[in-house]
Amino acid sequence: MRQSFIEFNNVSFRYGEEHPWVLKNVSFVIYPDEWVAIIGHNGSGKSTIAKLINGLLFPQEGEIIVDGLKVSQDTIWEVRKSVGMVFQNPDNQFVGTTVRDDVAFGLENRGVPRPEMIKRIDSSLTAVSMNDYLLHEPHRLSGGQKQRVAIASILAISPKVIILDEATAMLDPTGRLEIMSTITEVQDKHNLALVTITHDLNEITKADRVIVMNDGKVWLEATPREVFTKKEELQLIGLDTPFVSKLADQLTNLGVEINNQPLSHEELLEELWISHSKM
Amino acid sequence: MNNAFIIGQYIPGESIIHRLDPRTKITIIFFFVIIVFFANSIASYGLLTVFSIGSALATRIKLSYIIKGLTPVWFLIIFTFILHLVVTREGDVLFELLSFPVYSGAVAQGSAISLRFFLLILVTSLLTLTTSPIEITDAIESLLHPLKRIKFPVHELALMMSISLRFIPTLMQETEKISKAQASRGVDFKTGPIKERLQAIVPLLVPLFVSAFKRAEELAMAMEARGYQGGEGRTKLRELKIKPIDIVTFGIFCLIIIGLYLTRT
Ligand SMILES: Nc1ncnc2c1ncn2[C@@H]1O[C@H](COP(=O)(O)OP(=O)(O)OP(=O)(O)O)[C@@H](O)[C@H]1O
Ligand SMILES: [Mg+2]
Repeated sequence: MRQSFIEFNNVSFRYGEEHPWVLKNVSFVIYPDEWVAIIGHNGSGKSTIAKLINGLLFPQEGEIIVDGLKVSQDTIWEVRKSVGMVFQNPDNQFVGTTVRDDVAFGLENRGVPRPEMIKRIDSSLTAVSMNDYLLHEPHRLSGGQKQRVAIASILAISPKVIILDEATAMLDPTGRLEIMSTITEVQDKHNLALVTITHDLNEITKADRVIVMNDGKVWLEATPREVFTKKEELQLIGLDTPFVSKLADQLTNLGVEINNQPLSHEELLEELWISHSKM
Repeated sequence: MNNAFIIGQYIPGESIIHRLDPRTKITIIFFFVIIVFFANSIASYGLLTVFSIGSALATRIKLSYIIKGLTPVWFLIIFTFILHLVVTREGDVLFELLSFPVYSGAVAQGSAISLRFFLLILVTSLLTLTTSPIEITDAIESLLHPLKRIKFPVHELALMMSISLRFIPTLMQETEKISKAQASRGVDFKTGPIKERLQAIVPLLVPLFVSAFKRAEELAMAMEARGYQGGEGRTKLRELKIKPIDIVTFGIFCLIIIGLYLTRT
């Protein structure tokens, strides 16, 4: 049995007595070196899960364990040291007056000595190709550039888990690929857990495991490939399957033999090859 | 940008004055504001004028740009001067202006006060012209540091200032966006009676406030998530260092003070 890194045990949460339950009896685990994608429709409680993980909110019922610590008022600062989180809106998490100062903010909070700080700022901004913007103020950056800076800020603090709450939504497709490959590289190198939150099924294909949320409940926990086999159900809970997956379905309907649910254009091509050579 | 009002404006540069530690600049200006009131002879005024103009020249910002940028202040200075000419009645009558007698004491006092006023404004605007707002914030934090002993929230004050600095442009952009959005819905900010124009501001302010509060809440959350727990145990990326040039500048300023003492009558 692998040691878990993040654990949700029967967690229920609501924003107040008079508010409806946002999470209902949610349980799952995330292991130290895996990439888990959390997906669900708007308002299904994804961001709430992220905020519960590092103690920005506390559950009314159930418990949350991060890195062996039960998340509570007494442990939040320990927990936050190992959790690096990027929020949805890049503008409202930019604290510094310049790019450099913003990346420094998390390091300053942790009391990192200045020479070390300069080194880390430099390498993390290079990792997201923003080192040419060191002295830019936030209002001179695009939304996507601010997201890159936010990602650099958490790379700089070298956390044990990186949580991205739709943190690449404002990047163009190439930018997103670039940043995601940077992050997975870092993840591989340092054996980090990675949690990506999204409502776009296109973005879960590379994850190790997917947690599908629906209306505050865990609706499914499976590999990306398994998730894509449930197209009709996914559409019922407001999630649209990617084009490749739909195309594969239509082809199957037309009698083309496709055995393995394809996750990318390359895989579909591969399947078509195989089925063609069998004919 | 030729006639822009320069008080509070920052013009980046590499001059000696730009490179001075902001604490040096603030301290010198603090004392300058005091000693200006001790000048009482032509020589002492001359000395302070030479110091101020000399500093202005050392910023490598065109003097004509600074003088022009102070246009609204000029009106005040001239107004003060004329007021003195009319009101003060000391010394001999020099001449009559539009049947008003002008006394010699009035000219002397009027010029002295106008000059003081000018020197104060000039020197203080040199601070903001050559020091970025964030440097000023850092300097204030460092200069007020001793007040921590009496529980004055120095770090919080500095953080508040730097966050305001960071969000002012963002909120300006937002104001512009909202006013365009409301204009496209038919709200008219630019014409009509004052009362209606004031009313038109309401649909601008309400969304602006709502979004500012939302931003503040999210920012607070993001700061916490990034491990912010107050000033204790924090290190700093931006650091202030007293360099030899600061000590030399201080030396020169001390000479000015001594010179002032000697030239007073
Ligand atoms: N501060 C709050 N106070 C009250 N209710 C809230 C608050 N924040 C979120 N909610 C509610 O909680 C529910 C879940 O919100 P959450 O932000 O977790 O959704 P999400 O899955 O992240 O959605 P999205 O895809 O839009 O980001 C929503 O119904 C929302 O209205
Ligand atoms: Mg969300």
